[in-house]
Amino acid sequence: MTQLWDFSGGVHPAEHKQLSTGRPIRTAGIPSQLVLPLQQHIGEPAEPLVAVGDHVLKGQKIADVSHGMGLPVHAPTSGIVASIGDYPVPHPSGMADKCIVLKPDGKDEWCERYPLSDYRKLDRNEVLGIIHSAGVAGMGGAGFPTDIKLKPSRDRKVDTLILNGAECEPYITADDMTMRERADKVVAGLKVMAWILRPERCVIGIEDNKPEAAAALREATQGTKIEIAVIPTKYPSGGEKQLIRILTGMEVPSGGIPADIGVMCQNIGTAVAVAQAVFEGTPLIRRIVTLTGAALETPGNFDVLLGTPVQYLLDQAGLQPDNVSRLILGGPMMGYTLTTTAVPVIKTSNCIIAATASELPAPPPEQACIRCGQCAEACPMELLPQQLFWHAKAEEFEKAEHLNLFDCIECGACSYVCPSSIPLVQYYRYAKGEIRLQRAEQLKADRARERFEARQQRLEREQLEKDQRRKERAKAAAEAQAKKKADAEKAAANGEVVDERAARSALVEQALARKKASTNAARIQPADKPEAATLAEPAPEEPDIQALEKQFTQAQTKLETMQAMLEDAKAQQADNLDKLERAVAKNHDRVKRAEDALTEARRMLAPQPEARSETQPIK
Amino acid sequence: MAFVQQSSPHAHNARPTSKVMLWVILAALPGLLAQTLFFGWGNLINVVWCIAIALASEAAILKLRSKPVAFFLRDNTAAVTGLLLGLSLPQFAPWWVSAVAVVSAIVVAKQLYGGLGSNPFNPAMVGYALVLISFPVAMTTNWAEPALLWGNAPGFGDTLTAIASGQQTAVDGWTMATPLDEYKHKIATHTAAEVLVHPTFGEGFARGWEWINAAFLAGGILLICLRIITWHIPVAVLGGLVAMSLAFGSNADQYAPLSLHLLAGGTMLGAFFIASDPVSAATSHQGKLIYGAGIGVLIYLIRSWGNYPDAVAFSVLLMNFAVPFIDHYTPPRTYGHHKAHRGLPGRGRS
Repeated sequence: MTQLWDFSGGVHPAEHKQLSTGRPIRTAGIPSQLVLPLQQHIGEPAEPLVAVGDHVLKGQKIADVSHGMGLPVHAPTSGIVASIGDYPVPHPSGMADKCIVLKPDGKDEWCERYPLSDYRKLDRNEVLGIIHSAGVAGMGGAGFPTDIKLKPSRDRKVDTLILNGAECEPYITADDMTMRERADKVVAGLKVMAWILRPERCVIGIEDNKPEAAAALREATQGTKIEIAVIPTKYPSGGEKQLIRILTGMEVPSGGIPADIGVMCQNIGTAVAVAQAVFEGTPLIRRIVTLTGAALETPGNFDVLLGTPVQYLLDQAGLQPDNVSRLILGGPMMGYTLTTTAVPVIKTSNCIIAATASELPAPPPEQACIRCGQCAEACPMELLPQQLFWHAKAEEFEKAEHLNLFDCIECGACSYVCPSSIPLVQYYRYAKGEIRLQRAEQLKADRARERFEARQQRLEREQLEKDQRRKERAKAAAEAQAKKKADAEKAAANGEVVDERAARSALVEQALARKKASTNAARIQPADKPEAATLAEPAPEEPDIQALEKQFTQAQTKLETMQAMLEDAKAQQADNLDKLERAVAKNHDRVKRAEDALTEARRMLAPQPEARSETQPIK
Repeated sequence: MAFVQQSSPHAHNARPTSKVMLWVILAALPGLLAQTLFFGWGNLINVVWCIAIALASEAAILKLRSKPVAFFLRDNTAAVTGLLLGLSLPQFAPWWVSAVAVVSAIVVAKQLYGGLGSNPFNPAMVGYALVLISFPVAMTTNWAEPALLWGNAPGFGDTLTAIASGQQTAVDGWTMATPLDEYKHKIATHTAAEVLVHPTFGEGFARGWEWINAAFLAGGILLICLRIITWHIPVAVLGGLVAMSLAFGSNADQYAPLSLHLLAGGTMLGAFFIASDPVSAATSHQGKLIYGAGIGVLIYLIRSWGNYPDAVAFSVLLMNFAVPFIDHYTPPRTYGHHKAHRGLPGRGRS
């Protein structure tokens, strides 16, 4: 006898399971069209590999993911791709998403399949590859890709592999009927997963309201080490965290995954899908769906091709359209209402409830919370639902988080027992959504700030480098001047061209005075390029024509540089365009002034052409 | 075909607040029956009168607050407040004392704080404490003699007339000090044996009161079995009281014996029907235990060393003050966490 633990809280809603266990699993057949959403689970959406009008075979891969986490999508039957576009998909919001619509040709013609007789001869990664390319995803909850789940990181050895046959939600019997009728496939799939993971313990947890399923599995596991653990019926014992607690006594750390404590849970349907992928080479193109509710004449379980519209299934189960008041995808505790019957069955759709108004009546109007604490008694996560409710309602999200809002599994036990009929789970979803939004916005703001700070740093660094370069240039110029002066003095001492210069000095003196006046005028301009002014300073001992020419060429070079920078900036759409434009305009003026000054000086120096020729080499 | 759009869960179990309150009323009936059997018609008349005033004042204040009157009246919470006051007040309390208690309970303590679910203090006990302090004579001299002692027991009409007359003190022959009162005031100058000869004690316990307390205990156990209240608060109240009595009151010549503490006065009514009022109580299991134990300890402290012979109302109100504080420091450990997040956000995160 397997040792069992209990989880705190939990409720005992009316089961209504007999509604759908009276008939064996029926095959739903091929509807007139199949709608295959490209995203059926978390991760990346698949990209179509086919075009409208293509003929595809049953089991043919029609969409796949090129990068990231995701799974391929296969054609559930042979037919023609009728369209690729947005259609309503199963989602609480009733949204539409990209789907491939297939018109079956009725031949149900298989593509080439490669069944494995002995998977043990293969490498484990190869078997995982088979499971991946068969598109197997967790068929109980979020539809996590099974191959990724079966490959936990190296430091997380899975000691206990749990097959979740609890099926604690009322109404749903898909796993129950699968275990009853296909126990051998369930066990075969479990064995493949056990071979991949090599756990020490392998256990199938089944609620005690499913004795037939437990008996069938006991028979199918004869002679193996697989344990069958019959657990007390209590919602939500099939919640992953609760089942782990029941079967191992351990708790999954908050924010962690079961593999952190060496445990992994797999779904019954997933085990069958793994078995089919490995032993038959069949991709995941069908699943068992419970059709139940008092508005159906012949409720029961159906073997359904993925992509089958809900309406087709409801018709098969004898829907009484006048009696149905709400349509639920999933169970009555965690499922969501459908707005349209056009949505297709996907990998994670386990149950469709067509409920009459008296069966699932609208709850009475919300009343004030009387802090009775029934919710806390019912909470399987040992939270304080009423405090979370107060904080969510008051939008005190920090306090709600402090009370572990994010550990809420949204099982609905608190709302189920609330005497004031408060839609508690809805409040928690709202609070979670708001907090996620705030976090996303915070992240965005942080990134913007980081970008801004990085830019500031870059600008500062550039300024520093510029200053550095400027200093070096000024130093070089000063050295050059000093050298020139020294040369001139040396020349003067040597007595060369002294007379000539002395003769010219009177004229030069006048020009110099004019030039100085104009330079000073130029320097009054805002000196955002002070080096230009510094360098433009004519050497008093030198003839000004020489300095002016130098000034002119320098200004011209600068203008060219600035223009080049402006072009660059324009090309890169930089945000300092206007500044650069102003700088270019300024340099333009400067060049013009230098040119004017030069022309003036030249005009004045015209009688002495040799002076010009002498100054020319200095450039 | 338009389908109902609703957020999960879609299934609900049907025990609305109104039914919860109805069960509380039903569970209190054995106690009321015992009161009537042992002390005459006074409590029954008080209960009916208080419920009537409670419903009327609730309706009036709801109307003033522009709330749907019928919707809120149907939750039965005002009736419960009236019932609890009717059960607690002296049998011959004048009509206006009851009316003041009920109106201040419903209007001030409940509705002015925001109505059902928002009141920090137990409304019935606010009303009770108010009249106890304001009208000490009316609240201490109007306790009925056990019916067995009455020579010519006052009939229904006599009782009604006495209450309706509005006199501060009722007919002297009909009233008698309560066991707790008698013991408290006599034990200072007498021995236990001398005190217990008073007819109010009956055969060593508290004549009539032991049956009333037993009946409220039974009703309380029914509430626990029906999962309308949890065991934590009543057990902690009684535990606190017992612990204090064992620790300090072993000498019967000095302090009232444990049996008297448990079976006289409002002990069981207080533990199972008043302290367990969820709106003004602590919420987590641990918090409930602290809250209840605090009430038990305070009942003993006030009864033994305070000025009042009974102390349920004051003890409950004092612990009501402490509830937000207790709640801050007693959240349960959540699944998957090493320890609970105690105190305010930002501190002691685990």
